[in-house]
Amino acid sequence: MDTLIQQGINAISLGAIYSLFALGYAMVFSILGVLNLAHSAIFMLGAFFGLIAIDQWSLPLWLAFPIAMLGAGLVSVGLELVAFRPLRRRNAARISQLISSIGAAILIVNITQLIFRQIYNSTEAYLPRDLIPSDPIVIESLGLRVQPVRMLIVVIALVLMVLLQYLVNRVRIGQHMRAVAFNQRIAALFGINVSRIFIFTFFLAGVLGGAAGMFYGVVFLNVTPFIGEDVALIGLTAIVLGGMGSIPGAVLGGFLVAGLQIFSIVIGGSSFRNAVVFLLLFIILLIRPQGLLGQPESTRA
Amino acid sequence: MTHQLDIQDLHVSYGSIRALRGVTFHIDEGQTVSLIGANGAGKSTTLNAVSGLLKPVGGRIRFRGQDITGWRADRVSALGLVQVPEGRQIIATMTVHENLIIGAHLQRTANTETLLDQIYGRFPRLSERHNQRAGLLSGGEQQMLAVGRALMMQPDLLMLDEPSMGLSPMLVNEVFDLLRDIKGQGISILVVEQNARKALQIADYAYVLERGVIAREGSAAQLREDPHILAAYLG
Ligand SMILES: Nc1ncnc2c1ncn2[C@@H]1O[C@H](COP(=O)(O)OP(=O)(O)OP(=O)(O)O)[C@@H](O)[C@H]1O
Ligand SMILES: [Mg+2]
Repeated sequence: MDTLIQQGINAISLGAIYSLFALGYAMVFSILGVLNLAHSAIFMLGAFFGLIAIDQWSLPLWLAFPIAMLGAGLVSVGLELVAFRPLRRRNAARISQLISSIGAAILIVNITQLIFRQIYNSTEAYLPRDLIPSDPIVIESLGLRVQPVRMLIVVIALVLMVLLQYLVNRVRIGQHMRAVAFNQRIAALFGINVSRIFIFTFFLAGVLGGAAGMFYGVVFLNVTPFIGEDVALIGLTAIVLGGMGSIPGAVLGGFLVAGLQIFSIVIGGSSFRNAVVFLLLFIILLIRPQGLLGQPESTRA
Repeated sequence: MTHQLDIQDLHVSYGSIRALRGVTFHIDEGQTVSLIGANGAGKSTTLNAVSGLLKPVGGRIRFRGQDITGWRADRVSALGLVQVPEGRQIIATMTVHENLIIGAHLQRTANTETLLDQIYGRFPRLSERHNQRAGLLSGGEQQMLAVGRALMMQPDLLMLDEPSMGLSPMLVNEVFDLLRDIKGQGISILVVEQNARKALQIADYAYVLERGVIAREGSAAQLREDPHILAAYLG
């Protein structure tokens, strides 16, 4: 029972990270109609920028967070300008845009790998343990140990999600995002500068993905140029599970996948956890392709 | 004298398909002009090129003397040149209220509330359903919303693409009554219609588009008597 609660708490903090990451996928998908497969590289960059800020520049955690988020957001905007917009302008097929995003992901990972070699002489680096308060809070009566940093992550993630929900539903630029997501041509006739909305959406997606990456680095204290690969499939499963392009769906999907992963580790050991995620993805695609919160008939490819 | 909208030798292509092959016409301040033509003649293409949804490959579009050829759609609409596109294009996932205010907020003048009251006053059915998702409205209500949205943007020239399409005869009359009202406020109108009879009743002047070129033009009264028009478009 105790370990179950303990694992539940771990699942919540992992779920918060997955949800933030999946939100970026979902937001870009909802306006683009294409998956941005370079989003996992943005996630990695968030962790990388956080590492550099803490380890190289000796900045405190509270400063490293916004730097990682901002840096990831800006690179994400760069993706829109370099990997997507030129193709869209030429009316390229969705598959070309998808492939372009895969290429961008490879490029970003390779460049980061080079920088890693330069700085660390290796493709792996560790965050200094003493910079991040990691003494667990022990709740004796329940036999629980919770790392404060995990609690902090859950709180920040929830705040970001609430802010996003508020932005999309209550703020004018969020309304414009929904209009562009529904139909770019109509949105343009309504007087909306569609290109600006694309840039803004990529920025937000990058900020959330970067935050998720940085949190991931802080929890596992270890950063490599390849951590995006750990979460790429998880993020996809989360948005397929929740409903492609749906914001609440991405959050729900992120937490469910994390829960399932932790559960499968408890049951069968950690070697199964990715197989279980893939199996889940496969089952949803078969029985409920629109996802839990998605609309039945999809207008997108 | 400068016309309000002046289109000269407009060419638009879809890849190798040349949809407009030298279209020339103009609209003066306060005028109501109708563009009639068969399916595929290029009517929607003309409106979309003017509103900035399509980039012309040749020719000039001037609005009050300013060259707006190839401008982005949001910049064109900010000039007061507002299009109601073909087929009740509203944002189905947003509420009626959101559809109405979203365009108004981007316009120069800021008396959104007064405008909104006017629109709700004219379309009581929209007022009753203001918190409903626009996709749940009936076809006729969606058309009213599409026109209401455009009016919220305070157009100087309103372009409508087949506003009566798919509506019952009663609603068609309602749409044309509305257009008459709008005309009465001094707003210029460019209306594309299959329903040439109705269009020629409210228009001052009309152009007939055939396979990408203007085949005929004249005052609405003239065209109503034209035997060719009678045979081809008035049934
Ligand atoms: N997106 C497109 N791609 C290729 N060809 C197109 C496209 N849109 C229109 N066309 C072609 O351009 C020509 C003009 O089309 P347009 O839609 O302007 O006609 P229309 O007069 O509005 O017809 P309707 O009364 O049926 O709405 C047609 O031959 C049409 O097939
Ligand atoms: Mg048409």
